[in-house]
Amino acid sequence: MQIIVCGKVIPDSSVTLEIEPGTKRMRRKNVPHELDPAAASAVETALRLVEQHGGSVTFLTMGIPDTTVGIRRALAMGAADAIHLVDDAFAGSDTLGTAKALAAAIRRETYDLVICATESSDSYSGIVPVQVAQLLGIPPLTFANQVSVEGNTVTIHRQSETGYSVVTAQLPALISTTSGICEPRYPQLKGIMAARKIEIRTHTAADLDLGPDQVGESAARERVLSVGPPPTRAAGRVIQDDGQAGVEIAEYLASLGVI
Amino acid sequence: MPDLIWVYAEVVEGAITPTTLELVTKAAEVGTAEAILLGSAPADAVEALGAHGAQKVYRSDDALFNDFLTLPAIETVAALIETHQPALVLFASSYAGRDLAAGLSARFDCGAITDVGDFQLRDGTVEATIPALGGSYLSTATLVNQGPKLLLVRPKSFEPKRNGGSATVEPVSAPSDGGVQRMRVLDRVTVPVEGPQLEGARNIVAGGRGLKSAEAFHMLHELADLIGGAVGATRAVVDAAWVPYSMQIGQTGKTVKPDVYIACGISGAIQHLAGMKTSRSIVAVNTDPEAPIFKIADLGVVGDVFQVVPQLIAEIKKRKGVA
Repeated sequence: MQIIVCGKVIPDSSVTLEIEPGTKRMRRKNVPHELDPAAASAVETALRLVEQHGGSVTFLTMGIPDTTVGIRRALAMGAADAIHLVDDAFAGSDTLGTAKALAAAIRRETYDLVICATESSDSYSGIVPVQVAQLLGIPPLTFANQVSVEGNTVTIHRQSETGYSVVTAQLPALISTTSGICEPRYPQLKGIMAARKIEIRTHTAADLDLGPDQVGESAARERVLSVGPPPTRAAGRVIQDDGQAGVEIAEYLASLGVI
Repeated sequence: MPDLIWVYAEVVEGAITPTTLELVTKAAEVGTAEAILLGSAPADAVEALGAHGAQKVYRSDDALFNDFLTLPAIETVAALIETHQPALVLFASSYAGRDLAAGLSARFDCGAITDVGDFQLRDGTVEATIPALGGSYLSTATLVNQGPKLLLVRPKSFEPKRNGGSATVEPVSAPSDGGVQRMRVLDRVTVPVEGPQLEGARNIVAGGRGLKSAEAFHMLHELADLIGGAVGATRAVVDAAWVPYSMQIGQTGKTVKPDVYIACGISGAIQHLAGMKTSRSIVAVNTDPEAPIFKIADLGVVGDVFQVVPQLIAEIKKRKGVA
């Protein structure tokens, strides 16, 4: 079974995310990057499926050159192959532009399953996976917190407001996984060494026959008009517990009529 | 002519969702509100949509929409959009809403703005307000494409109001193309949640990593019971598997707006604050005086949750005369 995992490499958790006033985009250059934990869970899901059913995993991401570190991480976990969509022409793509680039790269591969994290941990839009599936013409099984494959049939538990639904489809299909689906493995030294030898394939927008009307800022349907500070909530009272803080909270709750 | 604004109506547990009614209320304030309601729905669904301001409801109760995921709804809504060309289509930021808006955006090659907290429509141009990066910024955005404009709106962004009247029903037919039957729903499983549901809870007690273990949540349940509230948690605690995902509050969990939110051992990561900072009153207990949660708390206590919370429980019991 050939599985393509689409995931993001994002500023690592030590970085305070900022928006650059000029471009109105998130600052991504010159900050340390890591494989998005949500993407790592998607890679883990794919690795477990190929361990069970045979085949291999290809990791696909779009990002600036700094994101290579996260691609190496996916390879060290056990992905056999990686594709990096790297080109200034992709900068400023909105969700649909990103989906078009990913779909164009996937179309050039053979695959049975595409697995994406439901949403990245830095922008949370959560709609790119279904856009990719729609562009590829394959069914999108979303918000999966459990995945199994039998023969040509894939079945997921799809998170719902009240529990989950059991949903099934024929391959090829796309799955988006929730962050809690599984704990990503920690790469072993052997994997890290092997990953260094793997050549990361790269595509530019031109390689994928995507023009400025398809990807990048010029193609974006969504335009950011302004970015500013949020309305501040007036800070209240902060007290040091002197041994009576529990009573003080009770007093406050009583003043609100809660007790 | 007022702008035509559509709302994709959702039903969860046999009731129109609160977010649907919030969106219909807002749509009726901004333009002419109409709703799309597909699949099984309660008997009073159309009445509720009309009462909140929908003038028309496009309706099909075909089982196809329940038995097959997402694709039948994409086809049906796409056909309706082509015929009627609404200025704006609103979806809740829910499982179904996100899938549908994403599918339609790829289908029509049009934009979809996610995580919308508010919006205006002027001369056909939409301006959406979005809390960005977990609420550390507030950005505004517009859509410049021809064709449909799609907004995914956060729950509890608007107050639902029964300012409307009654809606007419326009039946729509389910798609006959077999291609929409590619994702079959085999079963729907309800996972019971202990105590009251987070959404709609009047008061909430929430725990973070500072609680150190799953066992400490017993204390929060006891406090929640005393104040008629529900228990929530941060993503860190859910990821550590101390409590189920259904209890997660924040950017990737639930958005809540209770009267009182009591944050116990929660530092206040922006992703968590995004889900709770519009609570009417916030109480926080944390050992770290620098914790960001204190910047938004109405009453902050720098102290040990294992001292403060038991004392609070004892004090409430004393006041209520409970042993």
